[in-house]
Amino acid sequence: MCGIVGLYLKNPALESQIGALFEPMLIAMTDRGPDSAGFAIYGDEVENGTKLTLRHEDMNYDWAALAESVKAGLDTSVDFFQNATVAVFKLGCDAAAATAFIEETAPEVLILSAGHSIEILKEVGLPEHIAETFNLKGMKGSHIIGHTRMATESAVTMAGSHPFSTGEDLCLVHNGSLSNHNRLRLELKRQGIHFETENDSEVGAGYLMHRLQQGDTLTEALENALKELDGFFTFTIGTRNGFAVVRDPIACKPAVLAETDDYVAMASEYQALTTLPGIENAKVWEPEAAKIYVWERS
Amino acid sequence: MKTLDLANTSLREINQALHEQASECTEREWKITGAKGDHNIACGLDAALSVDIEGHAGYYCAGMNKKAHVVVHGNAGQGVAENMMSGTVRVKGQASQSAGATAHGGLLVIEGDAGARCGISMKGVEIVVGGNVGHMSCFMGQAGALVVCGDAGDALGDSLYETKIFVKGSVASLGADCIEKEMRDEHIEYLTDLLNRAGMDEDPKSFKRYGSARNLYNFKVDNASAY
Repeated sequence: MCGIVGLYLKNPALESQIGALFEPMLIAMTDRGPDSAGFAIYGDEVENGTKLTLRHEDMNYDWAALAESVKAGLDTSVDFFQNATVAVFKLGCDAAAATAFIEETAPEVLILSAGHSIEILKEVGLPEHIAETFNLKGMKGSHIIGHTRMATESAVTMAGSHPFSTGEDLCLVHNGSLSNHNRLRLELKRQGIHFETENDSEVGAGYLMHRLQQGDTLTEALENALKELDGFFTFTIGTRNGFAVVRDPIACKPAVLAETDDYVAMASEYQALTTLPGIENAKVWEPEAAKIYVWERS
Repeated sequence: MKTLDLANTSLREINQALHEQASECTEREWKITGAKGDHNIACGLDAALSVDIEGHAGYYCAGMNKKAHVVVHGNAGQGVAENMMSGTVRVKGQASQSAGATAHGGLLVIEGDAGARCGISMKGVEIVVGGNVGHMSCFMGQAGALVVCGDAGDALGDSLYETKIFVKGSVASLGADCIEKEMRDEHIEYLTDLLNRAGMDEDPKSFKRYGSARNLYNFKVDNASAY
């Protein structure tokens, strides 16, 4: 069991409140996942260049030194801020160069996400604690997806915490378990997709990244995922411009969607949606099995 | 009428108050307010109570119901009225998967759509759905009836025993051993009565009937050589 939640804003006026709207949604899913929690928030775009979310378990890690080293090593602009165990770096160079440099020169640092818009924040512990650590309620953005984990396939570790990101601005949260992830991981590695863990959900994210690299649209990538992925899943996927929800063809894992003029919200259970404004009059429904729901801004 | 609010009363206390009516019924009419997807609301009732639930219910609402009349004024999560024995459960909104699962008796009415596996392994309950039902509905249904005023999803009535199925709209596909059957006068009569009891204004003649082909009942001797 795990809990997944997502909030996609249709009304830009709400962007300054997305963290405050989302925090109770994540905490409401504690019963489904008390082991670790995390979220991916999209906003504060870096148009030209790259945004990285980096993590080091030491709160006193010298991020300024790393920034200086990246600046000198890559001859690029670097701007950063620290949020608890995580630092968000905004760089003038492209993502591939930046991640390669950091992996080589600072292997003690974990790269949680790379892209123009995405920031991933996650930790082991109760959702309430994680929301407080990163000051979730003060965050701004256009869309956000989150996960509360009850570990089944692998240990309660940072590495097993969601969301998983295997490509720029793409991330995925998963409730369920994939049964063909080992074979698929081998095939994807051969295609050049890089994996950080042995976790099944990361393979889901890697598969989507691979399909998008092959030129699929998000909808096409999800249609292919329905054919290739074996197992139970409800996925919520975030991209730079959008948000998607899909359930496996037998709809093993729960999901509920709500839509108003202001937002689209997704949760494993309705309980997580009750604090949203106007939920009493929202269109609330259960997404159908093997049907792809996508919301994207143009 | 007695009103209990989930905002300030625990679910345990509410269900306990309802259960205490089984030994001596002192209050017939109950209202539960402030439901926000809480699980197990009004489970295990065993008295002829009338219970109105305001808001959306979570999983297993009115599960194992006996005698009580429960109305959810909102949507219901998984397994509404699962294993009901008697009484009535009405969902004014939509129901998630496994509505009425394994239920032995009583009447379950879902005014909106029901999700996948509606009436799975049902054993005598009557289920009337105003909208559509999802895939694998009535899987291994043993007795009772499922009425669908909208459309049915894939594999309707798979491995069916003796549950009667009536669908007004389309059926995406029939499951193994489920076939369309003739609508005879006795079926029209039964469906007319059931739709009336469910409060559905539908023409019984516009429904098709589905049931078991009974080919999976017995071991086929032709297969003996497979062992």
